[in-house]
Amino acid sequence: MTHYSVANIRADFPILAETIRNKPLVYLDNAASCQKPQAVIDSLVHTYSHEYANIHRGVHTLSVKATDRFEAAREKVRGFINAASHKEIIFVRGATEAINLVAQSYGRSQLQAGDEIVISAMEHHANIVPWQMLCQQIGTVLKVAPINQAGELLLDDYLALLSDKTKLVAITHMSNALGSINPVETIIAAAHARNIPVLLDGAQAIPHMSVDVQALDCDFYVFSGHKLYGPSGTGVLYGKQALLEAMPPYQGGGDMIRQVTFAKTEYAGLPHKFEAGTPAIAEIIGLGAAIDYLNAIGMANIAAHEADLLAYATEQALAIQGLNIIGQASHKGGILSFTLDRIHPHDIGTMLDSLGIAIRAGHHCAMPVMDFYGVPATARASFGLYNTREEVDVLMQGIRSLIEVFG
Amino acid sequence: MFEDLRDLYQEVIFDHNRNPRNFRVMDDANRQVEGFNPLCGDRLTLFLKIDDGTITDASFQGSGCAISTASVSLMTEIIKGKSESEADALFTQFHEMATGKDHEVQLEALGKLAVLAGVREYPARVKCATLAWHTLDAALKNQQQSISTE
Repeated sequence: MTHYSVANIRADFPILAETIRNKPLVYLDNAASCQKPQAVIDSLVHTYSHEYANIHRGVHTLSVKATDRFEAAREKVRGFINAASHKEIIFVRGATEAINLVAQSYGRSQLQAGDEIVISAMEHHANIVPWQMLCQQIGTVLKVAPINQAGELLLDDYLALLSDKTKLVAITHMSNALGSINPVETIIAAAHARNIPVLLDGAQAIPHMSVDVQALDCDFYVFSGHKLYGPSGTGVLYGKQALLEAMPPYQGGGDMIRQVTFAKTEYAGLPHKFEAGTPAIAEIIGLGAAIDYLNAIGMANIAAHEADLLAYATEQALAIQGLNIIGQASHKGGILSFTLDRIHPHDIGTMLDSLGIAIRAGHHCAMPVMDFYGVPATARASFGLYNTREEVDVLMQGIRSLIEVFG
Repeated sequence: MFEDLRDLYQEVIFDHNRNPRNFRVMDDANRQVEGFNPLCGDRLTLFLKIDDGTITDASFQGSGCAISTASVSLMTEIIKGKSESEADALFTQFHEMATGKDHEVQLEALGKLAVLAGVREYPARVKCATLAWHTLDAALKNQQQSISTE
């Protein structure tokens, strides 16, 4: 392992030098969105300053250049998740759009009334609502695999839900509200034993660990670029080629066709079939820059750094009387969700903000998870590759002080 | 440590958060409306007893942050004994104060409610303070369905 210099990494992120309410920014809201390194910011500026035009259209030099850069970003994404082919990398606006694409295209074409879709009790709304919409549209049935108090999937209950009626499993790789990392290898193997395809929501997992879609053997993998230190408005749907080939387009328009007459339209091949209209060109090229940046540091090194931060923060948090950690799975990513006795998370959020500390306070787009724990909301500190133990200390001192103020 | 927040979190707010007034179910209420702030999950049920156009009793149940709890607690205290039109006028004044649309609002007219004026400097928290009042507004209009700050 190369030496992990968090000081050098922090210097790559200009926003970390900002002050908030006259205090140094302590950014612990990475699960909502990550900050961007200078390399990504430079990439956006460079594209717009020197290499911008629409892609896959013109014969002019700039269009060719922009197309090359865009397709190079696709190749970077392919390599990053070890997909077999660039044809399996579909660019979308984010993980949410990717799941909606699968629900509407795969779901409506391959599933029918009475078929069951299995999700888990720890899903983000983005991996609940698209399936509910599909169920309303075509009469499929949503089944929810339960979790225990620690926030771990109950594997036996999950296995018991799988049946001949199950036609799709859609489950999170890592929970945004709890930090739990699911045993996806076991989940996938059990589903595949019954020929059930599996979609993994990787929005939270992808910035924290190496992901190899071929090793996982998942059928779909989705994630957002903005949580991977890349620009907002970018996202990726990975799908196995055979599945994507069999699926109808999600949206119609330019760039996704081979030939159009008023009588008939012939669709383009993969991946363009699913990329109607002008995409977020500069942003996706910027996502490629983010991947270059992360590869240079190494995902394994990032994972080790964040595991250390989480362990340190958890130990500190457990020592605070009246603090309850929500989500104590044995296998967790860098998320510390918590409540304080008699103090509402929104008050925690405002008070910590006055100290320059950015955390999320709310239901984390996972209202069923909040219902399960019987809380309206939680406060959540989530760690990224640039956070430090000193920042954890500032957070914990802030929490102790606000408990004192509330009395 | 929290000097910057003194305008927002005044002692009166901590007091009402710790010991909310009129925090009970009212069995003989003739108006009952639920208020919900989907952004933060705050929920409250407001109970009113209105006799001949006068609010003779007000109470609430629910859970929320200190700002929203103090706001609804203070509101139930202040509207008791007020006529419906007086309560409606207070809603308007409070809303203007909290959203900062009219800095000329007479804080004296709002009495104790003026402790919530600090929220106008915190756009993310304005809805916490106004949830109680939107719920009151719905109750005064005799709307039966729950209301949401969205």
